[in-house]
Amino acid sequence: MSAPEATVQVSFKNRAKTALADRTLKIAIDRTTGTAEAKRAVAVAAFPEFQAARARGRAIKDHVIAHLDHYLEQFERNATASGATVHWASDDAEARAIITRICLDAKAKLVTRSKSMLGEEIGLPHALADAGIERVETDLAEHIIQLAGEAPSHIVWPAMHRTREQVAELFKIAHHPPPAADDPATMVQSARRELRAKFLGADIGISGSNFLVADTGATCTVTNEGNAELTTTPPRIHIVTAGIEKIVPTTAHALSLLRLLVRSATGGELTQYTTFHCGPKRPGDADGPEEMHIVLVDNGRTRMLDNEFREMLRCIRCGACMNHCVVYRQIGGHAYGGTYPGPMGSVLTPVLNGLAGSRDLPNACTMNGRCAEVCPVEIPIPTLLRAWRIRSWRERLEPGSLRVGIGIWAVLARRPGLYRLASRIGVRALRLFGKGGWIARLPLAGGWTAHRDLPRPAGRTFMDQYRAQQAHKEDRP
Amino acid sequence: MSEQPPPHVGLFVTCIVDAIRPCIGFSALQLLEEAGCRVEVPEAQTCCGQPALNSGDEKDAAALARQTIAAFEGFDYVVLPSGSCAGTIVHGYPDLLANDPVWAPRARTLAARTHEITSFLVDVMGFRPKGRRLSATATYHDSCAGLRELGIAAQPRALLAEVEGLEMRGLEGNDVCCGFGGTFCVKYSDISNAIVTEKAEAIERTEADLLLAGDLGCLMNMAGKLNRRGARTRCFHTIEVLAGRADGPAIGEEG
Repeated sequence: MSAPEATVQVSFKNRAKTALADRTLKIAIDRTTGTAEAKRAVAVAAFPEFQAARARGRAIKDHVIAHLDHYLEQFERNATASGATVHWASDDAEARAIITRICLDAKAKLVTRSKSMLGEEIGLPHALADAGIERVETDLAEHIIQLAGEAPSHIVWPAMHRTREQVAELFKIAHHPPPAADDPATMVQSARRELRAKFLGADIGISGSNFLVADTGATCTVTNEGNAELTTTPPRIHIVTAGIEKIVPTTAHALSLLRLLVRSATGGELTQYTTFHCGPKRPGDADGPEEMHIVLVDNGRTRMLDNEFREMLRCIRCGACMNHCVVYRQIGGHAYGGTYPGPMGSVLTPVLNGLAGSRDLPNACTMNGRCAEVCPVEIPIPTLLRAWRIRSWRERLEPGSLRVGIGIWAVLARRPGLYRLASRIGVRALRLFGKGGWIARLPLAGGWTAHRDLPRPAGRTFMDQYRAQQAHKEDRP
Repeated sequence: MSEQPPPHVGLFVTCIVDAIRPCIGFSALQLLEEAGCRVEVPEAQTCCGQPALNSGDEKDAAALARQTIAAFEGFDYVVLPSGSCAGTIVHGYPDLLANDPVWAPRARTLAARTHEITSFLVDVMGFRPKGRRLSATATYHDSCAGLRELGIAAQPRALLAEVEGLEMRGLEGNDVCCGFGGTFCVKYSDISNAIVTEKAEAIERTEADLLLAGDLGCLMNMAGKLNRRGARTRCFHTIEVLAGRADGPAIGEEG
């Protein structure tokens, strides 16, 4: 079920450790998430209806999720009527096979691609390479990571792990001729120059879709660079890949969600480019592709309809949860090891890749709730993460030391008398390790004392002192 | 017309307050009594079960939820000096026992009567401490569970504003997690350290004498980091200041 690169087994903890040691990475993350956080706060403050819009967004998604089959069938009918070909893929392998088949049938040599997380999810870049097809990423950030041979580290800013200084270095080596200066404007011009010929020479353009509009059969794609338009218009064939949960009843619903998506993602009011594609070029049209294929991908989504992760299907992929996540902001996206990073990724990755290989993700969260606070469609992410922890506990995937530890503690906590005795002994024992008011080193508590001191218990437990006081009061009525 | 009897409050001291810093429990007791409550500390209390709940161990969490419900059922109110443990009773128990026909209604009844202490004092009792003085500068960290599960932000600040001489200073990222997260800080110790380091830096930048917060777990994490860094910030639970006990030893100071 997983994309090929996910099979490389490096543990989450090791990836996190590597990330934590990378100070440049931290600078890059702080710059982008900090800006995103500040801009979102301004955008939300300037939009007094935000809470109402959120409730509406949630209601739209819940309605669609409850009637997914109805709207998908409606979409297929209308998309087909507009001249597009609709394909259904039950998993990533099927999606890859459908897309490579279309490319090979068309004898395509060069494919341009506009950023799509679903394409990453189904392992499309590797599939195209395996089929011998040249792939060119046209989103600026994707262009950067393609040159660097990396995967996206954020769903909105795929190259957010790189500082502009690092990007300048990369462009100097990879662009011919190299950019004349390393200010952002010159670098963007350089990327434009590199990409222009590819846009015009591509046989096929592949894009993702932010919304699938059931009543028109249109797909809607938003970008801030216009690269999706250049990817989808000049080539002879346009392939859209989309998760089935992207469906909305009408254009008005898409626009309602778009207001939430953009404000939550970048703090803008609208993206620079919002394009609805409705079928291929018609007779008399000045431009557009001759063929349009829409690949609707399930890949675990219908399974989520019936289980405790159903609410995750509301996700509109804005990235606000990761921008506001205290863990993401320390380790960045690559540490998560899946297609989708951050809090939403910690819910989705076990769905896509299985819990056994990703049980760290739902655990590596402080449950502080900030992700849910900023989620534009009110997904209770901490509750869903806890649901994974419960599954992990039931399936005995949690480490034995934790199970034993919690087990012993629970035996005591369920017997108040015994618990009092144990805490009395525990407090006395702990006090032996103290030097002054602090404990700097404690056996079996290395996770704590490696980084911080532990306050030495102040003395007798509250319950002991309280009981003594009460007895004293009763002695002297 | 007879006067209304004083509300009968069950104080849940919480397990780490019981073991590490009893002073917080006595501050709670004192403030509740000053506010006019008749307070009792039930013997059958141990831990709210949060460590089990957040580890995915539903069975033990549910057993502890039932034990806690039974221990606190007879009171008008249940009050805790912790937003996180209060949040577990208010939101965690009803979810955990939702499918248990006997315990679900009991969990909901208890949840409706359970309050974190600063919100109880302000929202339920309309209490303000009288005659408190403390000449110091302080900054306040909004612990996540209290803030987001229970909406506690204005209450502690309103109470602290009554302390004469206490100058409050804003904390950059006051609503950002300190990296404690219960077992998180031990299980993912490196990540937790990176988070609490940033928090400590923000606290140090305020140059405040005191760091205040409403949860001992978060306080232990921040205080432990500040001490390891050699910072001189003294750390107290909000209610220790409100009870006039900030002249005593701060967290990690010898009594």
